Amino acid sequence: MVRYIAKRVLLSVFTLWLVATITFALMFMVPGGPFLAEKTPSAATLEALNQKYGLDQPKIVQYRNYMVKFIQGDMGVSLKQRGRTVSQIISTGFKVSAKIGGLSILIAVLIGVPLGCIAALNRGKWLDNVIIVVATCGIAVPSFVVATILMIIFSVKLGILPTYGLTSWQHYLMPVAALAFYPTAYISRLMRSSMLEVLGQDYMRTARAKGLSQFWMLFKHALRNAILPVVTYLGPLIAYTLTGSFVVEKIFTIPGLGNAFISSILNRDYTMIMGTTIFLAALIILMNLVVDVAYKIIDPRIKLK
Amino acid sequence: MSELLLNIQNERLSFFTPAGEVKALNDISIQMYEGDVLGIVGESGSGKSVTAYSIMQLLPHTGRIIGGTIDFNGHRINDMTEQNMRKIRGNEVSIIFQDPMTSLNPVYTIGNQICEVIKLHTNKNKKQALERAEELLSLVGINEPRKRLKQYPHELSGGMRQRVMIAIALACEPKLLIADEPTTALDVTIQAQILELMIDLKEQLGMSIIMITHDLGIVANMCQKIAVMYAGKIVEYGPVDEIFYNPQHEYTKGLLRSIPKLSEKEHNRLVPIEGTPVDMLNPPKGCPFAPRCDSCMKICLREMPQYTTINDGHLSACWLLQKKEFMQGGEEN
Amino acid sequence: MKEKKNPLSFQLDVSDFLPANKEEKESLVIMRESVSFWRDGLRRFEKNKIAMTSFIIIILVFIFAFVMPQFYPYSYEQQIRGSENLAPMAYSEPELALKAAGEKVFPHILGTDSLGRDTMIRLMMGSRISLLVGLVASILVLLIGSIYGTVAGYFGGKVDLFMMRIVDIIYTVPDILIIILLMVTLKYPLKDLAETVPAFSWINVIGVGLICIFIVFSLLYWVGMARIVRSQVLTLKEQEYVTAARALGAGSGRIIRKHLLTNSMGTLIVTTTLQIPSAIFTESFLSFIGIGVAAPMPSLGSMASTAIDGIYSYPYRLLAPALMISLIILSFNLLGDGLRDAFDPKLKN
Repeated sequence: MVRYIAKRVLLSVFTLWLVATITFALMFMVPGGPFLAEKTPSAATLEALNQKYGLDQPKIVQYRNYMVKFIQGDMGVSLKQRGRTVSQIISTGFKVSAKIGGLSILIAVLIGVPLGCIAALNRGKWLDNVIIVVATCGIAVPSFVVATILMIIFSVKLGILPTYGLTSWQHYLMPVAALAFYPTAYISRLMRSSMLEVLGQDYMRTARAKGLSQFWMLFKHALRNAILPVVTYLGPLIAYTLTGSFVVEKIFTIPGLGNAFISSILNRDYTMIMGTTIFLAALIILMNLVVDVAYKIIDPRIKLK
Repeated sequence: MSELLLNIQNERLSFFTPAGEVKALNDISIQMYEGDVLGIVGESGSGKSVTAYSIMQLLPHTGRIIGGTIDFNGHRINDMTEQNMRKIRGNEVSIIFQDPMTSLNPVYTIGNQICEVIKLHTNKNKKQALERAEELLSLVGINEPRKRLKQYPHELSGGMRQRVMIAIALACEPKLLIADEPTTALDVTIQAQILELMIDLKEQLGMSIIMITHDLGIVANMCQKIAVMYAGKIVEYGPVDEIFYNPQHEYTKGLLRSIPKLSEKEHNRLVPIEGTPVDMLNPPKGCPFAPRCDSCMKICLREMPQYTTINDGHLSACWLLQKKEFMQGGEEN
Repeated sequence: MKEKKNPLSFQLDVSDFLPANKEEKESLVIMRESVSFWRDGLRRFEKNKIAMTSFIIIILVFIFAFVMPQFYPYSYEQQIRGSENLAPMAYSEPELALKAAGEKVFPHILGTDSLGRDTMIRLMMGSRISLLVGLVASILVLLIGSIYGTVAGYFGGKVDLFMMRIVDIIYTVPDILIIILLMVTLKYPLKDLAETVPAFSWINVIGVGLICIFIVFSLLYWVGMARIVRSQVLTLKEQEYVTAARALGAGSGRIIRKHLLTNSMGTLIVTTTLQIPSAIFTESFLSFIGIGVAAPMPSLGSMASTAIDGIYSYPYRLLAPALMISLIILSFNLLGDGLRDAFDPKLKN
């Protein structure tokens, strides 16, 4: 177990380094720079600015400098948002994104798992059909569609929910719902099919032959086996939530990390691009590791190598 | 004579599938007394497992008993609610399944799965249940039982797992143990061990056993009586010696011919039964074995034969026997 | 067992006990006809009403996106002065004047946008982009993934180990971040290439954004396909008929082509079909956040994105692209599910 985790951490560090290097290389392929956007500054100012942030040095030197500082825990200052360090911006943005993302993952699991179970247990009946139809349509609707349709209904037509910002609990309703919609549908389908498979397993027959009640058969024997695919899905789900958060943060103008990432790219804010990319990549990789370890705990058959 | 434990009278059972009604059991009657060991023999799909499962009401929802009665240990099984049935399952009657690799839940320890059934049907607390589980594991011949209790199914071999399944089945000292091809999925050497264990346990505990198998060799060692099933019908029924040395039904004869015998000379080839079993969705109206039978007569294709009594407790349903009777009757007149 | 008396309900005859002949015996046995894998799958597919409906819808969407624009009187970039922000089926004053003058004016079925462009034609072109992205990206992924996977699986050993290690690494890279980065950066070298090297001027015809998407998707999404193909090849490699072919002297290339590829076809078709909606999904997402297909070329994602700015005044503008994209993805999902049920029951989970 410890060896496995150590190995995975090493691989993750390697992947992170790869991501950082690719990002660094890609960043400079884009013409223009962080100081060119609004009004073009004079050549002298530009030179001074470049010198100040070390952008006048050869790329390879800049790369080395960045990496050395990064390892020391310094991600530098934002080139656009003057006076704020990258870590500060990331930490404020992440607090917001994590709240919305975490809530929606929680909701997706809490709704999706029971829905899938209900569908599987009522296989072929109307309740199953309703859940299947809704879930199948659900995975075909991109989050920006859900978000905007919610907005039309609850803000434009009914006018009962606020459209931007995050100052009260009402502000959370639409972003979280929009973000949770797709994974809820996906988990329902996943849970249904894995539940159906588990219900047909021999050990369920054994449980029944023991004289166990329907309730115990379901909660003790079926659920723990059937939930395994959902656990594996949590890794991709976290990555998905991130993607969704780019969209949802844009629509509801939420000052989250997704927004920070996109705008840093569009603004050529080099240090911010590096910082956010590495941070988000680390987050996804770490979550995948956590999911794999959790899987091991639930399923004793899995041997981690 | 000991008590009548199981009495199945003219049971008829069908599966209602989208493709149509599959008549899985057709007029099955079985009687077992306490301590009896009955072998049910037949090909896959002949209805032997369905018969056993119907005693425990373990069939999928598409399967319904549409005629006859099942009485077990004073309970009329047909009329029992699921709730009452649960008190019997695993307690008064229990079952060992064919494939020990898939019959145990992979995510719980052996101890957990044995204690579960003990705690369900007795008043034992957790500690007492664990003690009983340990006792059961040594009873079924598993060494280091205390250590095994903490292991998961995937850490045990197939033979070990089947021993665990037997331990689970015996946990509440059932009156009747159903063994549904308990050795089919195991290696030959392990098969012998498991059979030996079952014979031992039967001697020690004295419960009744229904042994379901397609292997006549297994029933010869264990059973007192044998029911030979074909296409949802018992075609021959009788004491083990009668079936082996005085078989009457053409199907039984065919089964016996297809067992390899070491004692016989090499040039005596094995004789397979030609053809495939009937399609249970469209069963023929006559004798189901007729299409594969070498001695098939015109009447066999039209009508189902009745049972003929050969000796005490030896019955067979075959027109050849009826023919004998008919011809004798004709001579008398 | 219960013994019964013989209450024969009919009279027996000596002739009944005559041996039955072979024909009589065989007449009892009804054999079910056996069918080949493909025909069986096709039959199952045709019976699947949902899958067939989605298939028909997809064909209709194709006609809508590729054929109808040829006959449509407006073009997607044409800005009709004076006809800005029209509601569906409405006419602007200059158009009403033309109509009054007896000229035929084609109605704006879905209205126009803030620049006076007809929404219907833009919806058609947007669907075209989505379909193109879905199909081309999936085919590229299929090609790269299956070649890579086949080579790794077929040669095995160190080659396999090395090749799959690369796959593992790409797998752990968070794809969406790299996609966004690549989308932004690739545009510039591509544009340069198209303008400076005449041999690459076709890039401008297809559109830099679209080429970008193709490259980015095929760079990152092939790994999943490669894994599936490799495991298929590994399983098939152990099958007897491949050993038999090898024993008969068939070369590697022939074995790969003839035996391995034909036998994993079912899985490949299903996986590719299910790749289409996910590519469409990602494209619409990229266009929505503003880094997908470049203006004036419309994409369903960018149309939805623009519609948000006018959400209070023109909420209906959002519905058309939103419904269209959902319909396309839904149909492809259901088609893929149907194909899977018909041709590849193993893949179900």
